[in-house]
Amino acid sequence: MLLRDIAHTRTGDKGNRSTISVIAYDRQHFEMLERCLTPEIMLTHFKGIAKGPVYRYSLPQLGALNFVMHNALVGGVTRSLALDAHGKCLSAKLLSLEIE
Amino acid sequence: MAQKALRIGAGAGYAGDRIPPALALAEKGQLDYLVFECLAERTIALAQLEKIQNPMRGFDPLLTARMKAVLPACMAQGTRIITNMGAANPLQAGKEVLKIAKELGFHQLKVAVVLGDDVLATLQAEYLSAPLMDTTQTVADIQALLVSANAYLGAEALLPALQTDAHVIISGRVADPALFLAPLMHHFQWRADDWPLLGKGVMVGHLLECAAQITGGYFADPGYKDVPNLAQLGYPLAEVSAGGDVIITKLADDGGCVTVQTCTEQLLYEIEDPTQYLQPDVVADFSKVQLVQVGLDRVQALGASGTTRPDTLKVTLGYRDGFVGEGQMSYAGPGAKARGQLALDVVKARLADAGYGQFEARYDLIGVNAILGDTLPANEPAEVRARIALRVGTQAQALHVVNEVEALYTNGPASGGGASKSVREVIAVASMLMPRSAIHTQTLLLPDSEELA
Repeated sequence: MLLRDIAHTRTGDKGNRSTISVIAYDRQHFEMLERCLTPEIMLTHFKGIAKGPVYRYSLPQLGALNFVMHNALVGGVTRSLALDAHGKCLSAKLLSLEIE
Repeated sequence: MAQKALRIGAGAGYAGDRIPPALALAEKGQLDYLVFECLAERTIALAQLEKIQNPMRGFDPLLTARMKAVLPACMAQGTRIITNMGAANPLQAGKEVLKIAKELGFHQLKVAVVLGDDVLATLQAEYLSAPLMDTTQTVADIQALLVSANAYLGAEALLPALQTDAHVIISGRVADPALFLAPLMHHFQWRADDWPLLGKGVMVGHLLECAAQITGGYFADPGYKDVPNLAQLGYPLAEVSAGGDVIITKLADDGGCVTVQTCTEQLLYEIEDPTQYLQPDVVADFSKVQLVQVGLDRVQALGASGTTRPDTLKVTLGYRDGFVGEGQMSYAGPGAKARGQLALDVVKARLADAGYGQFEARYDLIGVNAILGDTLPANEPAEVRARIALRVGTQAQALHVVNEVEALYTNGPASGGGASKSVREVIAVASMLMPRSAIHTQTLLLPDSEELA
């Protein structure tokens, strides 16, 4: 299945770092998120976009993971030439991840 | 008997935010405080440039419109307004509010202006060797290009203003959550070293600071996350108890929704490590927060805490960083992608011939690879938009770039249309840490210009 079927996401930015929260619609899927969404998987999924490192914070009581991806915004919002300089679209891209 | 809950509304989440939802809150929210958070990272630097052109400006461009809209309801109901719309010129912003108040007939209205976030002079005099965060540079490396330097003040800086009888409190750079924490500290007499309580107050501020981002804005995904009546989306308000317990809600007749899902997205928005959300007043800890749906569009947030505040304040530096020239052109129909790619190749070759090859550049096809790169399977789109952006040294160079894109009309592939071009000066930001002791805040009460401690 796609991550989109069990979770919702939101992106933010801090300097050259992209922050992405991943939140299970149903708490019973949280363990699956923890198992499938490792920092390594995130780096693979965002290959060519985020150089890393990627850090992950778990909030089981919210059914949520919070990711901080370093070196992910082409130098940072205020300097980047990218169309989506904030990387706001990255959370939507994450939803296309195949998980099982 | 338990003290009555304090009602705080969010009237804006960024400088350009919509005004009608703020007016609805002012009229129907029975608010004690209405807070307008309007400063993104770069906003003050841009406002500073405006102030250099015109010393009477440099505050939020929508200040006048916002105050005209909400002052009548706020004055009628005794709702105080707190805002960082002062940007690079809080004093002039304060005078502007007085002027509007007089026009509206509120001759008794008072404004408290909070100064001291502008630390450019101190920085230039004493901190040139200080390191810039997340780089290997020091302040000296960008000294000649500096436009602004503003410290993120805490709620503490707003307290003297709250202790006056000012109806409107206006500042420059203040940490966003502190705009909401300050009235809580003032109203409930929270101690400035009660870290767990301040952590709860920071959470209230963090939940509200982006306004509609917690009531269903930036949330809708049809079929997955549906938001009722998004067109008439309302802004949030918080009901906060003396112990820092909070319920986030919205007006019943506004659009949008307040759910555990919307609140979770906002709680985690841009906080990085949830155990250490660094703020001027406290290091907040959101890692144990629980969110409970206690009614329709009512979510209770419990369990925030905090630890000792940092000894330093974050200072954001705005500096000139060259110019960007950006041009776009669309291609549609059969072969759209190939013609768009040819357009990029042609402009790239012409710019290289003109000596622009060394500049940082983007050659994107919007609709194919402009946002996520070449990470999705290639397809044949019905239409694409060629986008070329270069960072160059001067305005003239940026103009050369955009004219090369526009020239695709008569000198590029077939059937290009809808050319656009823009030239802008880049104001980049960097950050450094400054000891608290180097930063001195000040409060002025208008119209008398009475200075408070």
